[in-house]
Amino acid sequence: MNRTVLDFWVGLFVIAGIGALLFLALKVGSMSTVNSADSYEVIADFQNIGGLKPRAPVKSAGVVVGRVADIRFDNEKYEAAVTLRLDKRYAFPKDSSAAIMTSGLLGEQYVGLEAGGDNQKLKDKDRILITQDAVVLENLIGQFLYGKAQEGAPK
Amino acid sequence: MLKQAIENLGNHTIQGVWRIGFASRFFLSMLLHSGTAFRRFGLTIREMYFTGVLSLIIILVSGLFVGMVLGLQGYETLQRYGSESALGTLVALSLVRELGPVLAGLLFASRAGSAITAEIGLMKATEQLSAMEMMAVDPIARVVAPRFWAGVISMPLLAALFSAMGVLGGYLVGVKLIGVDEGTFWSQMQGAVDFEQDILNGVIKSVVFGIAVTTIALFEGYDAPPTAEGVSGATTRTVVTSSLVVLALDFILTAFMFRGLN
Repeated sequence: MNRTVLDFWVGLFVIAGIGALLFLALKVGSMSTVNSADSYEVIADFQNIGGLKPRAPVKSAGVVVGRVADIRFDNEKYEAAVTLRLDKRYAFPKDSSAAIMTSGLLGEQYVGLEAGGDNQKLKDKDRILITQDAVVLENLIGQFLYGKAQEGAPK
Repeated sequence: MLKQAIENLGNHTIQGVWRIGFASRFFLSMLLHSGTAFRRFGLTIREMYFTGVLSLIIILVSGLFVGMVLGLQGYETLQRYGSESALGTLVALSLVRELGPVLAGLLFASRAGSAITAEIGLMKATEQLSAMEMMAVDPIARVVAPRFWAGVISMPLLAALFSAMGVLGGYLVGVKLIGVDEGTFWSQMQGAVDFEQDILNGVIKSVVFGIAVTTIALFEGYDAPPTAEGVSGATTRTVVTSSLVVLALDFILTAFMFRGLN
């Protein structure tokens, strides 16, 4: 076989192999860039986010309207500041509330947005004031046991 | 009768030890004579075409289908527990950690390893190797070492391509066909797959498999009896031995790499 043809195919093979490695490293492995066009960001503070992860979906009425862009710890309020990147097509009233929900029994967690009744809409860098934390199973069981103990206490 | 049996056992043991010793000397002299493989890199590139490029079709197609099956079966099981969002994690981790290197290694052994053994065995049977020695050309440096390095370079690339195609196959079935949320698929995958722990270890595995498979294939060819029967037997032994070695090495490497990981 012609030498240059051979070289060409081997070169192509090496490029494809390295490309596959890069794909694994960037797309499968770590964060890749999220398109920031056509979206706006709002911030919601939670006291407990449970197992919420960046890039988890933000849903309203069950429809995906955005993604969690960033999660960081606010060292002044001692709360988690979650940045939600919402699609520009969907505008929400200023008094909308955000809650951390779980899909299924053991499924992943997502942020549920509930629309309020305000005339003004949420804008970029606005804060969502009404939030509901993730349900922590231990607290729930603790409350349940406490309630049971109260019930059974002698009067 | 008993004496005969003991003699047989002794004979087999001596033969076995002798073969292992010969294989180790062969491996060492191959490494020592690798200079030519790099000085005249054209030789290695030529062999990379035969071992790497010509294995591409089978690797890519198998990878795609393995990924697609993983997507289907994984979804089937995960949706019972309502955690089909973990599909991306399942597909990517099983491919990058295990299936990519191992299946690529097995396919490489049967596609490229057998061809190497047959080629070298025939070279030996037709006395081409002796002819080279007569012309003061070292057959190990000229014929064996380039094939070795070509195999060692090709194998990780093939394994990476296999894994990438598998992830793509899982994506096609999981997201496009079944309708798992695309963002969840990728985000859960990216959250779970670590570059050093998973991807780099997979690459290390594939390099080790490449060394093992190519060495076995070359040695079997070099050691084959110079008859038609001998070459065919050596080719069979290459595929069987290197497949078993890949599986055994995979277990050992996994035990070292992923112990204590969740």
